[in-house]
Amino acid sequence: MSLIAMNPSELARKVIQKEPLFILDVRNEDAFRDWKVEGENIQYLNVPYFDLLDGVEEIVDQLPKHQPILVVCAKEGSSILVGEMLSEEGFNASYLAGGMKAWSEHLELIKVADLREGGELYQFVRLGKGCLSYMVLSGNEAAIIDATRMTDVYVTFAKEKGVSISHVFDTHLHADHISGGRMIAEETGATYWFPPKDAEDVTFNYKPIEDNTHLQVGASRIDIQSLETPGHTIGSMSFIIDEVYLLTGDILFIDSIGRPDLAGKAEDWVGDLRHSLYKTYQALSPDLIVMPAHFMIIDELNDDGSVAEKLGVLMERNHGLNVDDEREFRSMVTDHLPPQPNAYREIRETNLGKKSPSLEDQREMEIGPNRCAVR
Amino acid sequence: MEDVTLIVDAKGLACPMPIVRTKKAMKDIAPGSIVEVQATDQGSTADLKAWAQKAGHEYLKTVEEDQSLKHYLRVGSNDSNECKFPHVIDNKGLQSVIDGDSNFVIVDVREKHDYDEQHIQGARSIPFGELRERMHELRKDQTIYVVCRTGNRSDLAAQALADQGYHNVVNVVPGMSQWNIKGGNQR
Repeated sequence: MSLIAMNPSELARKVIQKEPLFILDVRNEDAFRDWKVEGENIQYLNVPYFDLLDGVEEIVDQLPKHQPILVVCAKEGSSILVGEMLSEEGFNASYLAGGMKAWSEHLELIKVADLREGGELYQFVRLGKGCLSYMVLSGNEAAIIDATRMTDVYVTFAKEKGVSISHVFDTHLHADHISGGRMIAEETGATYWFPPKDAEDVTFNYKPIEDNTHLQVGASRIDIQSLETPGHTIGSMSFIIDEVYLLTGDILFIDSIGRPDLAGKAEDWVGDLRHSLYKTYQALSPDLIVMPAHFMIIDELNDDGSVAEKLGVLMERNHGLNVDDEREFRSMVTDHLPPQPNAYREIRETNLGKKSPSLEDQREMEIGPNRCAVR
Repeated sequence: MEDVTLIVDAKGLACPMPIVRTKKAMKDIAPGSIVEVQATDQGSTADLKAWAQKAGHEYLKTVEEDQSLKHYLRVGSNDSNECKFPHVIDNKGLQSVIDGDSNFVIVDVREKHDYDEQHIQGARSIPFGELRERMHELRKDQTIYVVCRTGNRSDLAAQALADQGYHNVVNVVPGMSQWNIKGGNQR
């Protein structure tokens, strides 16, 4: 059998459709432990490629004979080497084209809602890293929220839809991934909106997002309402789109809540976080549909691959919204926090415009899962 | 770095080539030698570290210069399981020696920083690279237990000592990789 390439988009569909898949991950063990292709029905075997340079004899017994095997590595070179050996042994093998690097950059586009007067809401699901971004289409205009650095995807999609991008928002200063918001605004002439309290010594121009303001997108009356919800960062904003969809940024997720420490200010911001979750969101209609800027685990995906749930449901089920005791809440979000990757500081500086790393460095900085939540 | 025996040029090559080349080039290099691997693939650092550990080589360090990386490895014996020095003792055996005997010395031939991190109580540090010059510090009438991380470098060290007329030399296998600070074997 000959070795075939599997594109990240094919893999994304398999993950969303919960197809069974056997992955032979040939990266080194630390890399695999830190971060891998997640999926409900995926079986894994991790054997570093350098243990297989002389042949795959030692692992053939651990591989399925008739099921397809996807070989995965960091960039694809090693998975091709190992995949070819498997093919020669008669296995049904493919390799992940572009490796984990491409997987991390893949955005799966999912339409999540029809808005009034023919408007549409799309969610861009970055499966490999758990980042979510959004595009609102209205008339011949589009607004984008929390764009990733893969700016082509948004610009191309807007072109296909025949709309021009007029507004670009970041809910907050991201620490886990590099924002594409400013680049898209520069490229398209759109207005770049940024929370002023997160914009301490930024090097670029932006329009400050104020609390409780309304913005109309396109000819129709689709409304984006801003809401001050500090806690993950001091400037974190939420948006209510078309009076129904609540974009919570990194404050509230489906199965977890935002962590307040990514700028090293856990103690200061925990009170803000509590206020945003237990006062500001509590005051909203439970029928609003929450759409966060991240997911952490694959279980948070709906059957169509989207990430969205009614606020009322989260009020009942999300543990982070159900800690009555303030002290307990404080210790939950400030003690035992998951490790904060070193690159987070560099990413923040890049998003503030203080640093302009090369594309290769940007990729390196973003490697691994996001760690924005506490459960 | 001084004493580099071989330079492997893997600049501009993507994974898996830096390790494929290194592995091939290291085949004919004497154990104990230092190999410099030049690479531009950022992933090569973690991979070389992990590979060296498994292959029985010692990863020393990585220096970043301009856009390229220089990795340094100390070559282990060709077959990581084959220790040629005939007199060996396992970790447990060494523990009983420590508990009972008195006329012996433990020589730790790993790098100084590894020794500083953890070592057997009372062990002396003589990194393998310094052994030849510092051999005179050791007494011939004492039993010398030589220890390293996995038993490879100490095997070479034991042979070197025997060649110089040290008759009571014993190699500790596997050594510090399995040494529990509380004593004896970890597993």
